[in-house]
Amino acid sequence: MKPTRFIDLVPHIVLIVGVLVFAYPIYVTLIGSTWDSGTIGRGGLPLWPGGEGVDNYAQAWAGEAGARAKYTPVRTMMLNSLIMALAIALGKIAISILSAYAVAFFRFPLRMAFFWLIFITLMLPVEVRIIPTYKVVADLGLINTYAGLAVPLIASATATLLFRQFFLTIPDELLEAAKIDGAGPVRFFIDVVLPLSRTNIAALFVILFIYGWNQYLWPLLVTSSGDMETIVTGITKMIGTGESANDWNLIMATTVLAMLPPVAVVVFMQRWFVKGLVDSEK
Amino acid sequence: MQRRVTFDNRLLPYLLLAPQVAVTLVFFIWPAAQAVWQSVHLQDAFGIRSEFVWFENFEHVLTDPNYLDTLKVTVVFSVAVTVLSMGTALLLAVLADSKIKGARAYKTLLIWPYALAPAVAAVLWMFIFNPDIGSFGLALKSLGYDWDYRLNGGQALWMVIMAASWKQVAYNFIFFLAGLQAIPRSVMEAAAIDGAGPVRRFWTITFPLLSPTTFFLLVVDMVYAFFETFGTIHALTQGGPGKATETLIFRVYHDGVVNNDLGGSSAQSVILMVIVIALTAVQFRFIERKVHYA
Repeated sequence: MKPTRFIDLVPHIVLIVGVLVFAYPIYVTLIGSTWDSGTIGRGGLPLWPGGEGVDNYAQAWAGEAGARAKYTPVRTMMLNSLIMALAIALGKIAISILSAYAVAFFRFPLRMAFFWLIFITLMLPVEVRIIPTYKVVADLGLINTYAGLAVPLIASATATLLFRQFFLTIPDELLEAAKIDGAGPVRFFIDVVLPLSRTNIAALFVILFIYGWNQYLWPLLVTSSGDMETIVTGITKMIGTGESANDWNLIMATTVLAMLPPVAVVVFMQRWFVKGLVDSEK
Repeated sequence: MQRRVTFDNRLLPYLLLAPQVAVTLVFFIWPAAQAVWQSVHLQDAFGIRSEFVWFENFEHVLTDPNYLDTLKVTVVFSVAVTVLSMGTALLLAVLADSKIKGARAYKTLLIWPYALAPAVAAVLWMFIFNPDIGSFGLALKSLGYDWDYRLNGGQALWMVIMAASWKQVAYNFIFFLAGLQAIPRSVMEAAAIDGAGPVRRFWTITFPLLSPTTFFLLVVDMVYAFFETFGTIHALTQGGPGKATETLIFRVYHDGVVNNDLGGSSAQSVILMVIVIALTAVQFRFIERKVHYA
């Protein structure tokens, strides 16, 4: 057996340093969520877990007043984030797969006009047209509603383009066979196209769920009541001005809870998620 | 492009398209048109009367030395985030793709930050670099370094750049890894037999073959730095101290929501739209080219 040379260890050292750089902030937050706010606020956070963990999480979850302020309960914010993320992911997949099916499997007047109408939405992220979009949502009376949170973010074309791309690879023979068997467009969609698209749907779901969960600027504008707060905007409101007098223990516990769902989705669905990312290039 | 065989139905395709088109028109086309309309109008404080003013709003925005500072901050910020996150990701991807033990574990451990919200990444960084409670923040101070990113503009900019890049490394890592795996092993082996060392192999083979991926990521990372980092900046520095970390998108938000200057904010939105459209156009030319390769 060859002796291990130092040069062979270099990749491991670099990768481990990389992993540590990404893991350290999470570790600090996890540890922080098990101490009392005084210890953290004095800057004396130890590197091992403390004994306040259960209390902190229970308090953050129920939204009982911290030492200094009352917060929206984490369970409310988590539920809001969950509804928003699911609505965006499922809504976008549903309307995209239908419109992609229309564009790919039918010939009709104005087909390309519709395609371009959907296509141009690729170019303008919601952040760019934030004020006028807010105004439209306000005029429709959708401020502080789930529809207001989710629907404007459903309107983008990435998923439509991906499905269309995939539908164009379905062989013509399959469609001809279906037609000979007397299947109409609805049958064909349910019996052939949907099952074939399973992997794409799963991959897209993962990406869109994370996209929805992580939204920041839009929920910041559209929700003003604590009851509609999403967890990502909720945390930064707890921090206020970043002074040492915050309830850091509750903030850290909330941060851990806010990270859990999207990170769990990525870790458990890594295969689909990577495939979806690389295939759709978005 | 169109399939040869299609269904014949007069009504159904329109029904299938209806939900998408409705949402797009109401929440996309209409607001974008509004932004353009408002950018050439001047509204009074109550929003009752508005007057067509040609490009006055744009003139105001573009001659405001403050706006030019914001532009400068944005360019520094975006270039730094792009270079840092792509460089780090490429290094880690090349190493994780080499034949070493535990490559799979490394990959999983490096991919997950993709799932973090930019704002949450900012909060994590605050816990570490906060001058009052953060371990690194306190360590820097105890070393005699005057560390307080809440007061020092340069340090604040450095903070948001690091926090934003930190999060984006994972995304770039995934794409570089996919790009690397698409390079045929035989090419690398042939080069190795010819006596090319690892560094030479990287620069003469790997890097050129990765160029489509690199270019794609360049565009994506620029768009990320422009727009999605709003959460990072809002959570960490609120654009301050002074205006040291105010980027273009932060200013659109600030002028529109906080200062209630609709004309100015809309003119800025339109400028941003032009920037994104240009970036997207470049990206599409590239994607078309890449389809040729495949």
